[in-house]
Amino acid sequence: MNSPNSGNVGIVIVSHSLKIAEGAADMVRQMVGNAVPLAWTGGDVDGGLGTNVAGILAAIETVWSPAGVAVLVDLGGAETNSEMAVEMLPEDRRARVVVCNAPVVEGAVIAATESSGGSSLAAVKRSAEEFYA
Amino acid sequence: MHDAHASRTDETSGPLTASAVLVNKVGLHARPSVKLTQCAKSFVAKIELALTGDGPWTDAKSPVKVMRVKAPQGATLHFRVTGPDGEAALAAVLALVRDGFGEA
Repeated sequence: MNSPNSGNVGIVIVSHSLKIAEGAADMVRQMVGNAVPLAWTGGDVDGGLGTNVAGILAAIETVWSPAGVAVLVDLGGAETNSEMAVEMLPEDRRARVVVCNAPVVEGAVIAATESSGGSSLAAVKRSAEEFYA
Repeated sequence: MHDAHASRTDETSGPLTASAVLVNKVGLHARPSVKLTQCAKSFVAKIELALTGDGPWTDAKSPVKVMRVKAPQGATLHFRVTGPDGEAALAAVLALVRDGFGEA
């Protein structure tokens, strides 16, 4: 569920459905390539639809680098659990992990495209959020 | 390398312009847009595209904006490039379009 760090901003995909998270990650890999650290997580701890903080934390840890991490989420709980996961990070990392206000699939592809060019975390977030601009 | 259709609108510092026809079936949809913006981002030059030579111009480094152009197969993509590596940038984006983004 991951790839080695490259110095580029990492992307984390969080969906209630593991299949959606995995499918969105497939799209990122096929369309953008392998230059971006990528991790995904979906489902609750019992494997049903939902999200869980531990899974999100693990995904963030997987792609973490000082370049930062952009998190793309789908609905309600995905967002609140992602925010909770960010709060549980070591203090010095919290400011370098952002939850984007963007659709999960499109946002992941766009964020990864931006990241693959070496853009900053702020630029990656801004680009993903252009969908709602 | 300078494209045959490229022209310098200003001998000193003006933008370089050129155009190419979209040959790939889906036009400028998601995957081609990503490839184009990745290519554009590898240059420092400002790169813009439009469906007519008069604009409106779209930032070729923004995947969201490039997708919104919704350029279909057969459309002519006009490019306007400004910057120190402008000639190389223009040659690269034109080659990508003419090559059908590698998917024809």
